[in-house]
Amino acid sequence: MSDKVLMKGTDAIAEAAIRAGCRCYFGYPITPQNEIPEYMARRMPEVGGVFLQGESEIASINMVHGAVAAGVRTMTSSSSPGISLKQECLSFLATQELPAVIVNIMRGGPGLGNIAPNQGDYYQATRGGGHGDYRMPVIAPGSIQELYDLTMDAFDIADKFRSPVLILGDGMMGQMMEPIVIHEKPEVELPEKDYILDGARGRHGRVLKSLILNARGMEEQNWKLKRKYDLMRQELPRCEEYMTDDAKLVVVAYGTAARIAKGAVKRARAGGLQVGIFRPVTLWPFPDSALLEVAKKAKLFLVFEMSTGQMIDDVKLAVGNRIECEFYGRPGGVIPQPKEIERIIERLWLQKEL
Amino acid sequence: MEKIFSRPACMKPAPFHYCPGCGHSIIHRLIGELIDEMNLRENIVCVPPCGCAVLAYDYFDIDMVEAAHGRGCAVATGLKRANPSLMVFTYQGDGDISAIGTAETLHAANRGELITSIFVNNAVYGMTGGQMAPTTILGQKTTTSPAGRSARVEGYPLKITELIAQLDGAAYVARNSLATPAKVNATKKSIKKALEIQQQGIGFSLVEILSPCPTNWKVNALEAFKYLEDVMEKEFNPGVLKDITKSRKA
Ligand SMILES: Cc1ncc(C[n+]2csc(CCOP(=O)(O)OP(=O)(O)O)c2C)c(N)n1
Ligand code: SF4
Repeated sequence: MSDKVLMKGTDAIAEAAIRAGCRCYFGYPITPQNEIPEYMARRMPEVGGVFLQGESEIASINMVHGAVAAGVRTMTSSSSPGISLKQECLSFLATQELPAVIVNIMRGGPGLGNIAPNQGDYYQATRGGGHGDYRMPVIAPGSIQELYDLTMDAFDIADKFRSPVLILGDGMMGQMMEPIVIHEKPEVELPEKDYILDGARGRHGRVLKSLILNARGMEEQNWKLKRKYDLMRQELPRCEEYMTDDAKLVVVAYGTAARIAKGAVKRARAGGLQVGIFRPVTLWPFPDSALLEVAKKAKLFLVFEMSTGQMIDDVKLAVGNRIECEFYGRPGGVIPQPKEIERIIERLWLQKEL
Repeated sequence: MEKIFSRPACMKPAPFHYCPGCGHSIIHRLIGELIDEMNLRENIVCVPPCGCAVLAYDYFDIDMVEAAHGRGCAVATGLKRANPSLMVFTYQGDGDISAIGTAETLHAANRGELITSIFVNNAVYGMTGGQMAPTTILGQKTTTSPAGRSARVEGYPLKITELIAQLDGAAYVARNSLATPAKVNATKKSIKKALEIQQQGIGFSLVEILSPCPTNWKVNALEAFKYLEDVMEKEFNPGVLKDITKSRKA
């Protein structure tokens, strides 16, 4: 049975996590995502799970470290400055190959910034953020339903690949309400958790560690991780295309920016312009082959981000010189209107003689 | 011939990498003996530190998860909350527990987490080569306080154990020393008590152990034990700082 309910983004994430079997949540308050810990504080006791407010983001992510070592599905959430504090432990989780779900509801920055929606943490999310040669799947939902569905998927991806997985939203995604279908998590076959620490009953002790003093051993571990990341690159990329079939100009945008772009594209279409949208759903691994296919058909890309331009690097890496890429961005927590993007589209259409 | 002394069964047949005269070896053995005697091997998880004892997992045949520097008490919190049937202990140096990890330690203690911390105070950063620690004694020379620690510049030796004893969540807090064989035996008793407090679900327990680091104190092993008694014990007074099971009975 599925019910349709009106839900806020943050609540959708929390409820999806619970229904995905998340039984430990550790976090520290920061706007605009406080509704996640608040929801968890109410909901976890109902399902016999653990909710604990840590004394900092550092403590919270390290509690996650302990809980996932014990084999429990665990989540933490925060917003930009708090995510910066979690980076050291993310590096530990990545190399100790432990699954965890981390939510970043991005806000304006750098520094303390503001609490408005923003996409300035793309580099931090997709380029590691923490130290060392690791990668981490990064998922950027574009609606409240997707926040719900992809949070569930994030737990499966984390368990399948034994890796931390980051959900990258922004203040708009977190605070917006939309009707969504609440459903149970689809059944997925997952590997047995043969690494967990539950007391060495009838077996030798297990060690989860990252110190490998021997350089050759450390290199081996890095190549092992690399092979896993290659597998992720094959299996995980996801994207959504909207009216790209005949589009001459394609807007490339993710998350909230893609929603704004959709409004603009609809208006431009109504005005007779052949435009479409390519929306990466996974930011790492980036859906580069799908984007390359679109690049082969279109004439111009307009990369639109709520930042001064970060994802555009991945777009260019994916398409090389095959297509010209223009950029439009509004950083700092400014939310552009669809009309604003429509104007840019119109101007480019005329300027580039599309 | 009858065997009267052997390696604890929970310990691996691996020679310690610790310097000769280092307290970590003694403390490891005490913990190993207690895991055997209390029959804990198949139900205990250790969170080793970043510090000389990071390689503890090479010596114990028990489950272990290595934490980032200082975060042991947070990792142990997560483990214990996720699986309350486990016995969980952290093993931490003075830098780990009372510099970079101060917040995680105090808050875990204050929440009364049902974990045990073994805090090895050797007054220096051993692993990184003998830099000043929060517990470095006034006047003590280290590689980053070459003229000797001065209260004016570096502040006073930090007594995190006294701080923890003030917290309502802490059930058992003790400080011991390895200076003599009798004191080593007393240390073992304190660790046992701390583990029992955890078993009984009473609250947070911590044992600070004053421990020699001859290498970075730049003395030989015998002089190190003398320094422990003459200097360290004067600054950090051994004793039971808190035991709520006592006050309850009283
Ligand atoms: C974030 C971080 N900063 C610094 C270090 C380097 N480091 C490793 S161990 C250590 C201190 C060790 O001293 P202590 O905790 O007193 O333990 P000991 O080695 O003396 O037993 C430091 C600073 C690190 N591993 N991680
Ligand atoms: S440096 Fe000090 S603490 Fe480290 S092993 Fe040597 S004696 Fe022990």
